Amino acid sequence: MATDKFQAPDYYLLDDLLTEEHKLIRNSVREWVKKEVSPIIEEAAQSTVFPKQLLKGLADIGAFGPYIPVEYGGGGLDQISYGLIMQELERGDSGVRSTASVQSSLVMYPIYTFGTEAQRKKYLPKLATGEWMGCFGLTEPNHGSNPNGMLSTIKKDGDNYVLNGSKMWISNAPFADIAVVWAKDEEGVVRGVIVERGMAGFTTPETHGKWSLRASATGELVFDNVKIPKENLLEVKGMKGPLSCLNSARYGISWGAIGAAMDCYDSSLRYAKERIQFDKPIAAFQLTQKKLAEMITEITKAQLLTWRLGVLKNENRATPAQISMAKRNNVNMALQIAREARQIHGAMGITGEYPIMRHMMNLESVITYEGTHDIHLLITGMDITGENAFS
Amino acid sequence: MHTQKKNKRGKITMKILVCISHVPDTTTKISFIENNTKFNAVGVQFIINPYDEIALARALELIEGTDGTVTVINVGDISTEPTIRKALAIGATDAIRVNAAPRDGYFVASQIAAIAKEMNFDFILAGRESIDYNGGQVPAMIAELLGIPSVSIAKKLTIDSATATIDREIEGGKEIVSIPFPFVAGASEGMAEPKIPNMRGIMSARTKPLVVKEALAVDLLQEIKIYDTPKPRGQVKLISPDNAGELIELLHSEAKVI
Repeated sequence: MATDKFQAPDYYLLDDLLTEEHKLIRNSVREWVKKEVSPIIEEAAQSTVFPKQLLKGLADIGAFGPYIPVEYGGGGLDQISYGLIMQELERGDSGVRSTASVQSSLVMYPIYTFGTEAQRKKYLPKLATGEWMGCFGLTEPNHGSNPNGMLSTIKKDGDNYVLNGSKMWISNAPFADIAVVWAKDEEGVVRGVIVERGMAGFTTPETHGKWSLRASATGELVFDNVKIPKENLLEVKGMKGPLSCLNSARYGISWGAIGAAMDCYDSSLRYAKERIQFDKPIAAFQLTQKKLAEMITEITKAQLLTWRLGVLKNENRATPAQISMAKRNNVNMALQIAREARQIHGAMGITGEYPIMRHMMNLESVITYEGTHDIHLLITGMDITGENAFS
Repeated sequence: MHTQKKNKRGKITMKILVCISHVPDTTTKISFIENNTKFNAVGVQFIINPYDEIALARALELIEGTDGTVTVINVGDISTEPTIRKALAIGATDAIRVNAAPRDGYFVASQIAAIAKEMNFDFILAGRESIDYNGGQVPAMIAELLGIPSVSIAKKLTIDSATATIDREIEGGKEIVSIPFPFVAGASEGMAEPKIPNMRGIMSARTKPLVVKEALAVDLLQEIKIYDTPKPRGQVKLISPDNAGELIELLHSEAKVI
């Protein structure tokens, strides 16, 4: 890929809403992405290789558990810091951001929130340094938007438990050291357990042939009579366990998508000013200006939405429905911008010389995972009408 | 002034001062206000002067694994504190801000020299120049005011217990000089790779000391009368290869280069 010339748009001077520390964190991640991610990401995506060499750097810049308290190895930072880190990572690549989202919100968050003190001490510090990587098992082959219909089971076996079933579309699965897995007990109640690599009967076959998130490793989790020590059970019952993890991850995604959109916009703006057709830059044509003007408008709206959501989240006032609205709006916004950006780049837009098509293909996953575009609409619909339109 | 000693592992423990400037980001669109007499700072992002970042990175490498310290100093008003905080996040031990707008090179050098005189540093590093005014005067002036040697445009810096060895850029090559402590050097590309702050660094920067000192009165030696920006570059003119005569005529009459 050509040199990363990214300059972040801030049309409404929203930096004024951030603290100096927020800006230092964001700018540090931005510099790190330019130095470590941009030079290697295109080739990683083209050759579908997960860039494992980034893990230590991701840990150093605080991408693993930024809001987990310092005593457990986290950053002890606020939710806006977490959002800004996700934004900058996804500016580089949604796959890299996904790795960090999963580690922070779907692995460290449940262990911190629902784990015993022993579990917190055993797992969190090593997850924060990236020495251990984690994944999250909720979705099953026949249960995506309806996770509560899951078939995986966890049954008592003397003092311990036995886990059976399979999970699909699991980011980080092929190399994860641990998995936070959700399954139903004898009473049909959803329970969470920490499964460790090496436990007999636990395998993680990789999913191949993806056209999206190609620089991120995806796989299945297969449990064939896996014996789970009772110490590995999380202290939570019911769907509120996994759903609260998804809330945290979706919040991060709503910031992340802005990163991908900003990269597409920034590249489009530069390209439109440089590309000459009919003796003038294509930026001088009305149809190009329409695309660019709408992009910066949508990005600015999304920036304001997430900033406000971050303030609410810091105050513990953000509702799941508000998070759904931001995830749905921002990911769709980023995908539409990626498509328009592809048009502005002309044929160059389909090559790896520019990040556009990689972002666009990545966002096709992002608009589906962690609650599809349609499901989030129904969450908003139910929230405002009081009527459940899911089933 | 020279306080270095060896620690148990035989490593030299140094006390280093690094001077940092607060300058507009390299991508800033420069403009002036008040009849071209004042820089227009509206909407401008400020960063640590890139050459100073190199100096800071090398200083931190030299104290790594020792009990040595790196103090950063900046002459600036309160708006430079985020820049100083970043230097602390990168790894500086503590910081001093001299509370005054940096009027010119002599003013800045005088403030830094006054503080350095009291604090006994083993050596002082600065960037070879700041990327805003590009005076390139401060390192040599500090040395002169302290009566110690200085090296400009230092591309490599190694130390042993008695001296420092510095590769200095000269026209068409380099010269390698040996210099006794204490000294001042102006860091240039090659001395070290700038460091990006990590999360631990950002968190620990919150509580590192940042001392504010009032500025000394210093005579005004120079005054900026007016700024001027280069004229925008014109359109490229394409002359067809079989029309060399027109090209020569344009180079002569329009570009005035032949």
